[in-house]
Amino acid sequence: MTQLSHIRNFSIVAHIDHGKSTLADRLIQETQTVADRDMKAQLLDAMDIERERGITIKANTVRLDYTADNGEKYVLNLIDTPGHVDFAYEVSRSMRAVEGSLLVVDSTQGVEAQTLANVYQAIDADHEIVPVFNKIDLPASDVDRVAEQVEDVIGIDASGAIAVSAKTGQGIHEVLEAIVNVLPAPEGDPDGPFKAMLVDSWYDAYLGVVVLIRVIDGHLKKGERIKFMSNGAVYPVDRVGVFRPAMQNADILGPGEIGFLTASIKQVRDTRVGDTITHEKKGATVPLPGFNPSVPVVFCGLFPVDSAEFEDLRDAIEKLALNDASFSYEMETSAALGFGFRCGFLGLLHLEVIRDRIEREYNIELITTAPSVVYHVFMKDGSMTELHNPADMPDPSTIDHIEEPRIKATILVPDDFLGDVLKLCQDRRGIQLDLSYAGSRAMVVYDLPLNEVVFDFYDRLKSVTKGYASFDYQLEGYREDNLVKMSVLVNDEPVDALSMMVHRDRAEMRGRAMCEKLKDLIPRHMFKIPIQAAIGGKVIARETLSALRKDVTAKCYGGDATRKRKLLDKQKAGKKKMRQFGKVDIPQEAFISALKMDN
Amino acid sequence: MLENWQNGGFSIYLHWPFCEAKCPYCDFNSYVSASIDQDAWKSAYLREIDRYADELPGRVVQSIFFGGGTPSLMEPSTVQAVIDRVATRFSVANDIEITLEANPSSVEASRFSDYRTAGVNRVSLGVQALNDPDLKRLGRLHSAAEAVRAMEIAQNAFDRASFDLIYARQNQSVSDWTAELKQALTMGFSHLSLYQLTIESGTAFGDRYKRGKLGGLPSEDDSADMYDVTVEMCKAAGIPMYEVSNFAAPGEQSNHNLIYWRYGDYVGIGPGAHGRFSHPERTRTATETPLSPAKWLQAALAGRDQETRQLLSAEEQGVEFLLMGLRLREGVSLDRFTELAGQDLSPNILAELESEGVIIRRDDQIIVSDQYVKLLNAVLERLIED
Repeated sequence: MTQLSHIRNFSIVAHIDHGKSTLADRLIQETQTVADRDMKAQLLDAMDIERERGITIKANTVRLDYTADNGEKYVLNLIDTPGHVDFAYEVSRSMRAVEGSLLVVDSTQGVEAQTLANVYQAIDADHEIVPVFNKIDLPASDVDRVAEQVEDVIGIDASGAIAVSAKTGQGIHEVLEAIVNVLPAPEGDPDGPFKAMLVDSWYDAYLGVVVLIRVIDGHLKKGERIKFMSNGAVYPVDRVGVFRPAMQNADILGPGEIGFLTASIKQVRDTRVGDTITHEKKGATVPLPGFNPSVPVVFCGLFPVDSAEFEDLRDAIEKLALNDASFSYEMETSAALGFGFRCGFLGLLHLEVIRDRIEREYNIELITTAPSVVYHVFMKDGSMTELHNPADMPDPSTIDHIEEPRIKATILVPDDFLGDVLKLCQDRRGIQLDLSYAGSRAMVVYDLPLNEVVFDFYDRLKSVTKGYASFDYQLEGYREDNLVKMSVLVNDEPVDALSMMVHRDRAEMRGRAMCEKLKDLIPRHMFKIPIQAAIGGKVIARETLSALRKDVTAKCYGGDATRKRKLLDKQKAGKKKMRQFGKVDIPQEAFISALKMDN
Repeated sequence: MLENWQNGGFSIYLHWPFCEAKCPYCDFNSYVSASIDQDAWKSAYLREIDRYADELPGRVVQSIFFGGGTPSLMEPSTVQAVIDRVATRFSVANDIEITLEANPSSVEASRFSDYRTAGVNRVSLGVQALNDPDLKRLGRLHSAAEAVRAMEIAQNAFDRASFDLIYARQNQSVSDWTAELKQALTMGFSHLSLYQLTIESGTAFGDRYKRGKLGGLPSEDDSADMYDVTVEMCKAAGIPMYEVSNFAAPGEQSNHNLIYWRYGDYVGIGPGAHGRFSHPERTRTATETPLSPAKWLQAALAGRDQETRQLLSAEEQGVEFLLMGLRLREGVSLDRFTELAGQDLSPNILAELESEGVIIRRDDQIIVSDQYVKLLNAVLERLIED
């Protein structure tokens, strides 16, 4: 156990590719936390998907032992946090668990959008912030310009900034010294009742659920019985320990420390991020403020391409859900797609991550249906049902009105792109709430319907602003609007997986766009195929995919038999990736692509 | 295993891999080489013929085909030696068809009578276009006028002659093609091979296409119209379509190619040549030789087996039988399919396709109906659905 005065807890804030993970690696190396021979690039990002996308999804942590220039030994705890808006709640919790941040800015690039979003989280959490200007080994590095930007745009003092090259190791020692000398030590009451914040949790095949905690007051030892204050669940603690970055058992965790506990907890769902953990007996009575379990806001259907893999999919989903409390699922049947699951996610990235993991780790090919939000459908008899799936829409004649979730979106964007951003928000039925400037950046706040955001809002925002916008949102409750269910018919057969809820005023436009998209996405067949969008029985848009006219006119002699046969095999394999609706084959990507609005 | 080859016949294909220039559309196994040791190639071919004669005794050779490359660059004596060796080592049919592919240049035309003397009785001329600018664009070395002269010489020199045209070319309209085909049909040939230009990867056209630099290709609708017009005009001229891109007067079909399409047996000799043949005790074997002329030549001279061999599964044989056979207007036999594939075609799918007018059934035969010939891939895909 370390004295409070000799602990420093910190996180690293950075834009993607500005060198956050490389810096973390270098700190681990400089403090010799990991033997050189065990070092591999980006130690903290464990999952493949994270590594490939260069983003961190779950919070990772590492404890570093550092003997400072003043001769004292310090414990430095780094929590590496996810940077994406889908996981904003997790980020804010992680930030609350530490007292300071390193703000890493690529000195060849300058301050970028994500830097802002994340640094404001750190400022919100009252962090002491040490600016670190990275990549000074590159010729394009301009430390002075970046310092100016940090002061102007973010509004923090850059005089104590440290210039480093995480690549060469230059300046790393100075960073460690700044962590010790500039960042505050944590506060806490060693003698008070045990109180810790649940920062993150995940499933480990051998240990059960591993819970990452930040101890606030008191101590925790192996064998003690703990209580989760949100639900009162009690567990005996099997072990406590720290991350270096591999798990290492410890005898005791005291105030200010960051570590883990295991307690034969079976499901991650039982351990909610932000919850307060205390002793069962003589525990704390007042939980830490701000606990607010995250709820899924985006839903979609996941179906196996090969219906024989349904049971495998169930298995995969159950296992993933064990490790992800914010992911929900229930079985679903679609006339078109067979058996699958209706799944709920925190946002679109969360959706993509889960889908990728199922496809990659469990080797199941998936069809993903149109993402949808949860509507509140008020019936004429006064009851209200939650609609997770447009296919379940009740008979319109029995509906009194429908409410949809709205969000308050905050977008920070360089001046140059403001017009495009305003247009995008306006196009998505947004209501402007605020528009202000910070330096050459505008901050716009919009009230937007969530269903307009879930499709491809983030992609569009990134593309119209060349990646310079940062975007954050919070749910603002439900509001009534004129919402209808639009169905799609291909060759006169309804494709339930493509039906969607839309605003009545936007239905024609969306219907037309959908039909045009499908016309491009569905391969031509031997016959012509009408593609229609309809509300109830009324067709609001129609396209016709003309018949394929020729697919074979090349020569074919003795030498071509093998090649042609292999080509046919390939065609056959390609066809397996499609779904049959009546006589029409629809490729999988049509289900997602058809829903993107424009490119 | 049944001796299925008897249904399709037996033939020998011989590949000459050299050309004077590589045409930008061509994805055949061909090379431009400064010096070719004709004697070495002759011995290599002869050794290969001997090797196959030992392996497949008692076969009756119905056709020999000299393809390439540009086999009209072969010395007539080499051609003669090959034909003689086949006749010595195999039994040959009385009406054996011996075809040589030739470029219609004046130089090559001057050798036609020597080829005739060597035993070649059918020639297939790579005319490709009947106007000079298009010939140039296709990378051909002959002029239109030269081609016309060569065509006349060929008609006199050989019993039978055919020529190839490539259409749906860059900047070619339906009416351009109609006019060109009309001219072609006046030349008195009883066999034509009419191919649409296909852009193959690994060719100069393929590269240009990928880079977006191959403009003026006709739309799918225009090329489909060109195809329809071709089928009609040839029929009216008395040389109806007998295969997707081949047209002939009755009795004038290419017997050699019919063996491929009827899924008969053939031995492939030369670099990159393919073969298909059955042994009485074994299932059908597919062979493929190395593409490199030098490698092939070396191995052949050393008398080494060099082809990769694969025993085709029943399913693979069924698929190949259909994809080759349904190209023919005569269609395929369902019984023979069952014999090869070890299972029937799905009666449900057959009934469905018949009711949609995609196929016609005549006793044991199925035939793709006229309007679906150019959609054969789509038809096949449905026929072999699981």
